[in-house]
Amino acid sequence: MANPATLNTAAASIDAVGGMLDGPQGPKPRKRFTRNNIIIYGTLIVVALYYLLPLYVMVVTSLKGMPEIRMGNIFAPPVEITFEPWVKAWSEACTGLNCDGLSRGFWNSVQITVPSVVLSIAIASVNGYALANWRFKGADLFFAILIFGAFIPYQVMLYPLVIILRELGLYGSLTGLVIVHSIFGMPILTLLFRNYFTSLPEELFKAARVDGAGFWQIYFQIMLPMSLPIFVVAMILQVTGIWNDFLFGVIYTKPDLYPMTVQLNNIVNSVQGVKEYNVNMAATLLTGLVPLIIYFVSGKLFVRGIAAGAVKG
Amino acid sequence: MNDLTHSVEIKNLDLYFGAVRVLQDLNLTIGKGEFLVLLGSSGCGKSTLLNCIAGLLDVTAGQIHINGKNVTWAEPSERGIGMVFQSYALYPQMTVEGNLSFGLKNAGLPKDEIAKRVARAAEVLQIEPLLKRKPAALSGGQRQRVAIGRALVRDVEVFLFDEPLSNLDAKLRADLRVEIKQLHQQLGNTMIYVTHDQIEAMTLADRIAIMKGGLIQQLASPDEIYNRPRNRYVAEFIGSPTMNMIEGALAGTMFSGALGEMSVEGYPFDGDAPDATPAVLGIRPEHIASGSAAETMPIRLDSTVDLVEPLGSDTLARVTVGDSRLWVRMDGQISVHHGDPLPLGFEPARIHLFDKATEERL
Amino acid sequence: MAASRPSTLLRNLNAKIAAIPMILTALVVFTGGTIWTVAYSFTKSGLLPRWNFVGLDQYERLWGSRRWMVSIENLFIYGACMLVFSFVIGFILAALMDQKIRFENTFRTIILYPFALSFIVTGLVWQWLLNPDLGIASVIRAMGWESFDFDPLYNAQIAIYGVLIAGLWQGTGLIMVLMLAGLRGIDQDIWKASRVDGIPAWKTYIFIIIPMMRPIFITTLVIVASGIVKVYDLIVAQTGGGPGIATEMPAKYVYDYMFGGQNLGQGFAASTMMLLAVLIVVIPWAMLEFGGKKRG
Repeated sequence: MANPATLNTAAASIDAVGGMLDGPQGPKPRKRFTRNNIIIYGTLIVVALYYLLPLYVMVVTSLKGMPEIRMGNIFAPPVEITFEPWVKAWSEACTGLNCDGLSRGFWNSVQITVPSVVLSIAIASVNGYALANWRFKGADLFFAILIFGAFIPYQVMLYPLVIILRELGLYGSLTGLVIVHSIFGMPILTLLFRNYFTSLPEELFKAARVDGAGFWQIYFQIMLPMSLPIFVVAMILQVTGIWNDFLFGVIYTKPDLYPMTVQLNNIVNSVQGVKEYNVNMAATLLTGLVPLIIYFVSGKLFVRGIAAGAVKG
Repeated sequence: MNDLTHSVEIKNLDLYFGAVRVLQDLNLTIGKGEFLVLLGSSGCGKSTLLNCIAGLLDVTAGQIHINGKNVTWAEPSERGIGMVFQSYALYPQMTVEGNLSFGLKNAGLPKDEIAKRVARAAEVLQIEPLLKRKPAALSGGQRQRVAIGRALVRDVEVFLFDEPLSNLDAKLRADLRVEIKQLHQQLGNTMIYVTHDQIEAMTLADRIAIMKGGLIQQLASPDEIYNRPRNRYVAEFIGSPTMNMIEGALAGTMFSGALGEMSVEGYPFDGDAPDATPAVLGIRPEHIASGSAAETMPIRLDSTVDLVEPLGSDTLARVTVGDSRLWVRMDGQISVHHGDPLPLGFEPARIHLFDKATEERL
Repeated sequence: MAASRPSTLLRNLNAKIAAIPMILTALVVFTGGTIWTVAYSFTKSGLLPRWNFVGLDQYERLWGSRRWMVSIENLFIYGACMLVFSFVIGFILAALMDQKIRFENTFRTIILYPFALSFIVTGLVWQWLLNPDLGIASVIRAMGWESFDFDPLYNAQIAIYGVLIAGLWQGTGLIMVLMLAGLRGIDQDIWKASRVDGIPAWKTYIFIIIPMMRPIFITTLVIVASGIVKVYDLIVAQTGGGPGIATEMPAKYVYDYMFGGQNLGQGFAASTMMLLAVLIVVIPWAMLEFGGKKRG
């Protein structure tokens, strides 16, 4: 390619304009602290502090002893850091007759979340794929009902589901709750996957069919490997959603199978005994930890998940 | 001290995006009423330059003058420019009339003045029946006309067009091209027009600036650009199919390359002819005579037809001479086929010689 | 030759098998369940569902109940404030974030993180922050404003606003992110055109950008509104519906009667009313969104 130096002189000689004139030249001078910038950053910083405040208070409260909490200011950092409340929240706090702390709820939540996430994503991804690429008669109608169902308050379906699960002998079991989560996760996930598979080039699917691949072969060998990001998005959506669930957990399981959120609420809002705010905050933080970690690690994918769910919904 | 016959002057303009130098020490003077086209492939800096002139981008160094006023630091709305965008950028919730008048209302112009200007723009562009419609109810061509109208009502000296026809289909593009040319004749404004389409550039421009890598490669009339490209890049950029390029060496007036030795006696050298240098010889497909017409040419070659592309009005033929391939444009009525022998000829006045190392015209 | 076409039922068989869970969910749970609940809301079902038709009795009782009326009033206050504030604040924050600022990711991460937390966690944190003896109020009093008295946990008059504060903290980030996505979807040439026209940024937002974002506003509104109707966990965690019945909500009414009060009929009637409320919001929207295509 041409040597830039020679081209440069050539370009300059085309239009041999004399030197620059007086007056402004170069970039417009910008003050670092314009009124606009102060307003923008000022507002954002104040808002950010406001949003961080509860998290900060949770952390400092959970690290203080009860005497310090009763005496002092909730914003003050702990004078004497103690991890006692965390230990207590995890393994000793009482709900009803059980005094083995939140750990029971944590493991229940894990046992609920893992199969629910796997099952709901498996069903919804295959279903979304069928809707996107193998349209059959009536599919659109069922899909419309499904999406419409996402807006219907669960409350009208709660009791019929109790009856269905009781008939199946699954009421009060973890399996029953996993099924419930899969059902209520279906609309949003199916939409997510359907939209994603629709956005893939259709020629790819056609080429695979011409090559003689069938329904499952195309799904597993072509669609799945291309769709890793959307599976991650769906996973983030489901893990946080199911971990944070309270209503289904309290309705469809028994006390010793309660998920962490239900147990947390029972610990903190129990009427018996002296309120131990530090233990309560440690327990609250422990429960919020899983979704928070997922949120901070996943970053933009989390945003993509909620945007995909909302904007296209 | 400012020359008022200059409409836009750009002096030593530099622009960096981070560490990337997008525009490099650029100088450009555009006369009053001139139609200047900035032409180049994507990423050459042509749209960036236009945005700098409009004031939508802050320059890193240098000055911009419009109508004798130094506007380097001025807001876009204070520069005396109107701009037309590729995506039209019409305000979708407003009617055509609203689109035309919104900026004027905002500038605090009196109502009757606004009405007068809108009416005039609508008349010039023949969009009077559309005034009450919303952009969504308009065709692409109509939208682009409204977008031009929005620049027109501003009553400014300089119009900036940022690839205004790229979103239209070929037929409409040709129609609107004619309309823009007519508009320029009618209004006499200075127009700066960015495009990557060489036909638009050749047909519209008083002068074309061909850009590459943030530099102007050549700034000249379409005729000059076509007939005397300054360097190999310009030569290959303009013309379709591309100019044939034959590498070789020049010694005196003898050029020897893959096509054998030939005398270039009569070639109009830029300055003195070099004694001996590696060089590239260029000849446009339409400047190669074929068949019986070739016999009268000073330089003659024998070739074999390899591939034929009949276009109706013309026929393009790819021929082989030894190991080299050349494109030849010939009359559409001549019929040739693969394998036919084809005598070729051209004259030294029509060839282009470039230094092989610097790629500058010799 | 038996080259007849395969029966229509067998065509796309695999796709149909794959869709069975969706079909069952759509028909049995969503449609069947809804119809069942609506139907049984006209019965005298108590501890167990029984098909003894009593007409609108349950609804009369429902609308005669003070607790239900308070719930409805709360839902309106909470819903209206939540929508207005979260949209105004969310949009302003999104507009600020759209000014090519530095640390955009940091700000977005901070403002959105409460949305990743459950309503239970949200409710419990704010219960602690609003604690009248040890929370924010005590800090403000300690700073010298002795008479400061903002106690949304025990003062029934303002208790619902305490829930609102927590709800806003949790949900505004979502609005901001959706609005920001909408702003980023605006053609950059529009901004350039408005700058050439000399229109100040705030005017561009109000007269050009916001009207352009109408579809996103409406969709977000429908999603957020149908979420507000379902509000349950937040109340349970933060106030338990109290003090007294000051922060009761319809969803809690349903749960309490269905699973705590052994009065299924009331639960069914209340949930049917919730369904009705959502339908009033969703149906016009669905018709606008999906039925309006004929106009284009």
